[in-house]
Amino acid sequence: MLKIRGLRASVGGKEILKGVDMAVNAGEVHAIMGPNGSGKSTLAHVLAGREGYVVTGGEVVYEGKNLLELAPELRAREGVFLAFQYPVEIPGVSNTYFLKASLNEIRKHRGLEELDAVDFLSLVRQKLKIVDIDQDLLNRPVNAGFSGGEKKRNEIFQMAVLEPRLAILDETDSGLDIDALRTIAGGVNKLRSSDKAIMVVTHYQRLLHYIVPDFVHVLLDGRIVKSGGKELALELEEKGYDWVQEEVGAQSR
Amino acid sequence: MSTETDRIEQIATQEYKYGFVTEVDTDVAPPGLNEDVIRMLSAKKNEPEFMLEWRLKAYRHWLTMVEPTWANVHYPAIDYQAIRYYAAPRMKPKGPDSLDEVDKEILRTYEKLGISLEEQKRLTGVAVDAVFDSVSVATTFKDKLAGLGIIFCSFSEAVQQHPELIKKYLGSVVPYSDNFFATLNSAVFSDGSFCYIPKGVRCPMELSTYFRINTADVGQFERTLIVAEEGSYVSYLEGCTAPIRDTNQLHAAVVELVALDDATIKYSTVQNWYPGDKEGRGGIYNFVTKRGKCVGARSKISWTQVETGSAITWKYPGCILQGDDSIGEFYSVAVVNNLQQADTGTKMIHIGKNTRSTIVSKGISAGRGQNSYRGLVKILKKASGARNYSQCDSLLIGDKCGAHTFPYLEVSNSSSQVEHEASTSKISDDQLFYCRQRGIKSEDAVNMIVNGYCKEVFKQLPMEFAVEAQKLLGVSLEGSVG
Repeated sequence: MLKIRGLRASVGGKEILKGVDMAVNAGEVHAIMGPNGSGKSTLAHVLAGREGYVVTGGEVVYEGKNLLELAPELRAREGVFLAFQYPVEIPGVSNTYFLKASLNEIRKHRGLEELDAVDFLSLVRQKLKIVDIDQDLLNRPVNAGFSGGEKKRNEIFQMAVLEPRLAILDETDSGLDIDALRTIAGGVNKLRSSDKAIMVVTHYQRLLHYIVPDFVHVLLDGRIVKSGGKELALELEEKGYDWVQEEVGAQSR
Repeated sequence: MSTETDRIEQIATQEYKYGFVTEVDTDVAPPGLNEDVIRMLSAKKNEPEFMLEWRLKAYRHWLTMVEPTWANVHYPAIDYQAIRYYAAPRMKPKGPDSLDEVDKEILRTYEKLGISLEEQKRLTGVAVDAVFDSVSVATTFKDKLAGLGIIFCSFSEAVQQHPELIKKYLGSVVPYSDNFFATLNSAVFSDGSFCYIPKGVRCPMELSTYFRINTADVGQFERTLIVAEEGSYVSYLEGCTAPIRDTNQLHAAVVELVALDDATIKYSTVQNWYPGDKEGRGGIYNFVTKRGKCVGARSKISWTQVETGSAITWKYPGCILQGDDSIGEFYSVAVVNNLQQADTGTKMIHIGKNTRSTIVSKGISAGRGQNSYRGLVKILKKASGARNYSQCDSLLIGDKCGAHTFPYLEVSNSSSQVEHEASTSKISDDQLFYCRQRGIKSEDAVNMIVNGYCKEVFKQLPMEFAVEAQKLLGVSLEGSVG
């Protein structure tokens, strides 16, 4: 589904990604772990097409297409979804209205009919249960005045409605208490399926207790230096990132 | 670094979609203004003596006045002798009695504007008085309204048919000596709409005037007068467009509203005059005086305006709250893009006891546009218990535009309450990216955010016009993001 080869990117003239390689297949959950500043969020943003992140080398092929050529909205319509670390507030625009516009753009792109208000609301009602979100949230402006937990929940709720093929969760666990973490992880697990892939970008291992990945990659200084199964996350938890750093250092010596 | 801000700056041209010219045989006055032109104009319209006298009085007063310069707008001096003060489609001496007598080209123009009079007549519940250049072309639904005693006709016709009403109310809210542009209008106004709602009648449909400037170099000076008798209700909508021309055209209108005891007048404007091109060439100078007088107790006047067009907008629809317990409202969305300038707001003058006013102003600035809110809330000594609430918000798109707020408060009464809230916000790169990541392209995202921001004002508009206003806003801001 997704093939990243030798991806290099810089922000503000500073190279952050220094040749990232990875492949993600449908049905898989990949965790990208790494210390602060290793380039995890940059990778997520480059895949989503955020401006200001300049790709300086490599390629990203998504479902046979050159992803880097597509405008951010086209990537979204093609099924790439980014759950933001800091969801943005849009005062004056109701959550429902926003999500309906979003869903219909995606449906149009896929040649499906747009949903009217009635069909949309019945879809939304089903999906609300997935992340145990309060219906009141729907009528409030997008993320405006939401608590940190509500914002993250809202991201996963959007993901449930939009049904992306490739979902990238950027530090979705940051700032969550354990109950919220559990609910959100439960929601993500319900959305796992054989035709969809999920990339979980996280600093800590704790989220991976709940969203158990098929693969774990360690990103260090803009490169994936170690990949493994879910045990790798546990090992990291125990030994810290220094351990990988030393190991990588030893190999290159 | 390429950011969303750069895209916002890539101000693309938005072609003005109403910029066509209609080829009709037009009767125009030579450029210039003097007493003879006014006499000619008055004679063409076969006006009674009192009208001519009023015009001349205004003209003589105008000669003593100087153009105001306090507004936060900049433009080269206007040569008032280069303007034509009258243009009318040539037709039979008397006005058209039915649509069949109206020039087919003009009707096609209105169709292009989306208001086919024929259609309107049959399908919708909106009665339209259409003003083309200087004269009123056709008034639909006249008979139906007449059955209720409602008078809705062109101003010229009202002067002929109902001189007593005109004599009584003309200039009663905006006197001929009011200000430079209103005084000029009083001297040379050519047509407009008149509306009279008798006692206790609730006007069953929206009344609407559509203004259009067609001829080059013509100034449009229309005059609207609405009188709502005791306990009556009327909702009135005004829309405006003009063809694309590279010279500036002057539009100096006057609107007077009179509400007697328990009467309500709701006046909505969707102003989409040609704004000029992206270099600021051409466009309408919209210098308008609009004022309503709540003469009677418990009367209410509500202004709603959506100002998207014009090179320069200078208008302050206000309310004189004379009757006790009367209510004044002002809801405004003013958009400037490219090099447009707007200095707009309201005046609420509280005279009666327990009078209330609400002001909600939403300014949107994009491109290199400059948007000023200027508002006066004046509470006189006798206006005990008066209340005002004002909210002035500014939204910036890009970083080359400006927003300014000039609120004036004059309170001479200790039992009154005045509240003022103001905010300035900017559509951020983060917001745009968030929307795009959800599949919504920048332009749609801006529309969505702007519409959300304007919701409070749009919900004051009659339903079908709210939809139109939303679309217009989209058109006005098109190209404000790349």
